[in-house]
Amino acid sequence: MTRFGWLLVALAAVAAVAAPFFLKPFGIFLISTWVVQTIAAIGLNLTLGYAGQISLAQGAFVGIGAYTVALLTPLGVPFLVAFAAAGLLCFAVGWVLGYPALRVQHHYLAFVTLAFTTLVFLVLRNEEWLTNGIYGITGTPRPNLFGWKTGGARDFYFLCLGVLALLSVATWWMLRSPWGRAFVALRENPIRALSLGLDTRRYTLMAFAIGSSLGGFAGALYAPLVQFIEPNSFSLGLSFNLLLMVIVGGSGNFFGPFVGALIAVLLPEWLRITQGYYLIVYAAAVMVMMAFCPAGVLGLAERAVLLLRRGSKVAGAIP
Amino acid sequence: MASFIQLLVSGLATGAIYALIAVGFTLLWQTSQTINFAQGEFVMLPAFFVLAAMNAGAPFWMAGLIGIALSILILGILFKVIIVDPMLKYGVLPLVISTIALSLFLKESAKDLYSSQAQPFPALVPAVDIHVFDAVVSTQSLAVLAVAIVTVVALNLLLNSTRVGRQMQATAQNPTLARILGVPVKRMVLYTFLLNAVLVAIASILISPIYLAKFTNGETLGIAAFIAAIIGGFNQVRGAILGGVILGVLDNLSAAYISSQYRGALPLIILIIVILLRPQGLLGRVEERSV
Repeated sequence: MTRFGWLLVALAAVAAVAAPFFLKPFGIFLISTWVVQTIAAIGLNLTLGYAGQISLAQGAFVGIGAYTVALLTPLGVPFLVAFAAAGLLCFAVGWVLGYPALRVQHHYLAFVTLAFTTLVFLVLRNEEWLTNGIYGITGTPRPNLFGWKTGGARDFYFLCLGVLALLSVATWWMLRSPWGRAFVALRENPIRALSLGLDTRRYTLMAFAIGSSLGGFAGALYAPLVQFIEPNSFSLGLSFNLLLMVIVGGSGNFFGPFVGALIAVLLPEWLRITQGYYLIVYAAAVMVMMAFCPAGVLGLAERAVLLLRRGSKVAGAIP
Repeated sequence: MASFIQLLVSGLATGAIYALIAVGFTLLWQTSQTINFAQGEFVMLPAFFVLAAMNAGAPFWMAGLIGIALSILILGILFKVIIVDPMLKYGVLPLVISTIALSLFLKESAKDLYSSQAQPFPALVPAVDIHVFDAVVSTQSLAVLAVAIVTVVALNLLLNSTRVGRQMQATAQNPTLARILGVPVKRMVLYTFLLNAVLVAIASILISPIYLAKFTNGETLGIAAFIAAIIGGFNQVRGAILGGVILGVLDNLSAAYISSQYRGALPLIILIIVILLRPQGLLGRVEERSV
């Protein structure tokens, strides 16, 4: 990261903290959604962008996390415990889902995870004794943490933002640890990684489990944020959207999920003038981008910066 | 027993349609490494072409031909030229993402440009119930089955008994060697895209009278096609046919005898088991991987 890059990150952080003071409640809701989706997308970026394991199951993990919190908090379980439980449960399920990844790759893995997402959806819809089926669960309370009541939109936004900050720092740290390097090695050349003595088996499972637990954390915030969850919110569509976010932002780029989620949340609002057509525009934009710059928006920005720099150097060399 | 026969016939009819979709899917994969996540939407769309042509005053048979022609143009040629060709150099994954976006694009386009309501679609033959022993079988199921079988037989003849078909197979198995032997590989790849467009258009015309023409039809159909292709074997045309038939029959039988709520779950569980135990599919060959 260059100094310029850090400056941009600091500016973005200041903007994220200041934003709710200038926004109406709906605006605060939107940026809270952005925070929650960013957390889920960071998890997917870890699995897909860094470890190279395509997953269409992230939406299902958001669902598992959301239902965990929505079911536990009415029983009197403190929010923090339910939050941790959501992450742990998703970690465990993600670990198990990682086993197919040991046997199959690429498109086969996409189909296995796709099947998993649909199975989770069916369970959430059909097991009414547990999940209340299509009627969903309403009124998951926003927590009081150590005397801080997060019932208001702005307070809850700051809770989400705090969680995002903690998880980003943890992910940043992990990616710079030997684990993170091992994940990249898995993506770049699994056979070479294996012959260098990396336990690729364990790291593949790890990549899945950690990515999934971030999905669970996102879900744990989603339930108290919207206060109404139902199976349809966590169907295949969400997994596709999260995948598109990671790709649009820039897969394998640490800040990709932040940008991708921002675009996915704001674009529908900006394109409101096009009425129902915004999804058409969005889908077309993704296709165009994949054709010209599969590295995503941030990849495009990096390319632009490189060009500018080379341009200025050349310009500087001439006189 | 009577209801079993009914379920079996309607299962075979659905399965035959799944088989058509799955065959197109595997053909694209074999010749151009395209995993078409929009395949379900490809089946949803031609029905709307047909309906639009009928709204413009064309009789059903002509509208059907117009639907197939538009399908060849848009889902065959344009899909290959605009989406697949520019993406191939990046490898499999970006193309997967692009076809996911395409499926969203087609679905929303059908919804916004035609209608979000399910549209009735004319059947091939008038619905008459035929009594076989004590089972009741509808002429619609039989007509679907007949058309699907004719299509599959014609496809097999094309692939195995004509020069073009054998060249297409050679391209699918080993493009480099095929090129050395003088097969016009590029044209063969284009032919598979056209073939896929014809197959999805036929499937669309067969399935729409049953499910009605609706913009969300593609979701279930696409997944059914993937599952059929994988169960049977991703790299075998006859595998895809077998997978489609198995899937259609199991789907109908499980809904009746096991649980209608979990109707959608059984194919997924079979999919996971097949992938874990026999990833090459029931009839597939193991693909050699280069390091």
